[in-house]
Amino acid sequence: MTRYRRRFSRTERAFHWVNALAFFILLGTGLALYLPSLSILVARRPLMKDIHFWTGVGWIPALLLVAVLGDRGGLLRTARDLDGFDAYDVRWLRLGRPAPQGRFNAGQKVNASLNAALIVLFLVSGLLLWLGERDTRFRFASTVLLHDGVMYVALALLVGHMYLAVIHPATRHALRGITLGTVSEEWAQRHHPRWIDRGD
Amino acid sequence: MTDEMNDAPESPKRYGRGIFLVTVAGGVSSLAWGRSLWGRVSHSVSPIASELAPFLPKGGWRIYTVTGSLPTFDRVTWRLKIGGLVETPVSLSYDELRALPRANQISTFHCVTGWTVQNVRWGGVRLSDVFAHANPLSQAHALQFVSAEVPYVDYLTLGQSQLRDVMLAYEMDGKPLPQEHGAPLRLIIPEMYGYKNVKWLKGINLVGAAGDGYWEQLGYDRDAWVGRSNGYTSEQAPPPTPTASSYKGFVTR
Repeated sequence: MTRYRRRFSRTERAFHWVNALAFFILLGTGLALYLPSLSILVARRPLMKDIHFWTGVGWIPALLLVAVLGDRGGLLRTARDLDGFDAYDVRWLRLGRPAPQGRFNAGQKVNASLNAALIVLFLVSGLLLWLGERDTRFRFASTVLLHDGVMYVALALLVGHMYLAVIHPATRHALRGITLGTVSEEWAQRHHPRWIDRGD
Repeated sequence: MTDEMNDAPESPKRYGRGIFLVTVAGGVSSLAWGRSLWGRVSHSVSPIASELAPFLPKGGWRIYTVTGSLPTFDRVTWRLKIGGLVETPVSLSYDELRALPRANQISTFHCVTGWTVQNVRWGGVRLSDVFAHANPLSQAHALQFVSAEVPYVDYLTLGQSQLRDVMLAYEMDGKPLPQEHGAPLRLIIPEMYGYKNVKWLKGINLVGAAGDGYWEQLGYDRDAWVGRSNGYTSEQAPPPTPTASSYKGFVTR
């Protein structure tokens, strides 16, 4: 019988999926505003704009709410784990140099930091776009470029993330961890041996 | 590899927050350098961009509207109404408009938010031909352009409207003006930012003086010269200064 081990708490899973939901709402409404073909298809432009704006404004508060209502200490420990790169992580990042990984591998750590930064940049550039329509002092020539650029980077990260989480046979078992909370001992031993050794 | 928690060779480096801070700092500072960098590299990536064209905003265009939906065009009922300070109000059907002398031009479209579309091919009519039968009165010093997208209006002074490449466009890049670009007719004044280039045009009124258009009421400049307004300082040659100041330019008799 397969033995399972808990990888993500309910708070962590809620945090992930609230973030994913906000991202997909923003991506969908954003593309409807951005692509001419979609802007005709979806004629309700102001509604799209309202949903986009309020989802953007509510993004970080929604994540904070999950943290406040859930297991804050656990999230903080996870954040500290994601923040720290040890010698194994540095070696892992140099491709072709396999190194045993902890609960998160170095790629996941980089991805987490980048995504956190992208949320901030989305918010800053989005607010500047919104303010710029109301007050020309907030209008900069590069705001659109930043908002678009961040979108393309986020989209590229998303494609990689989805590939590893859903398609790639070796890694897609991880999806179980972020949905049900547990992963098989055997898979964890192969992909995250130092997490098993540490026994947390 | 026993007891790593306490006996780790060195404590982990806090690279995560480093990546976070560097990315945020780079992104925010790009507000200052992003556009000039893009201006330098955009033609070298344009082959890639044209490969991706079906998935990207067409040719760099962004569509802006201020109301619920894009106005629709009915060829049978559509009229362009010329009124205000004119001797003879005129109402042109779409076919009558198309029967007027045709003008073509290639000009660059600048949006005040920072994007630009180079070398757009416009087909349409010159204002002087549209006004040929309306006979503006001598007290008319400005034009009010009325969009079917209520309440969008904007104004040009007579002098501005007589710049050589000001036109009413019904074709864009060889095709009838698409709905999202203002079908069937929009104003084109390449010297000024896009918000002066009123889309879904349904009326032109001659008035005594230029007022504030839709975006000007929200703080944008009334004289929206590209590179010389809305906080921009020119990186390019200044636009031609309009000299004409009377209605006479419109009279073709």
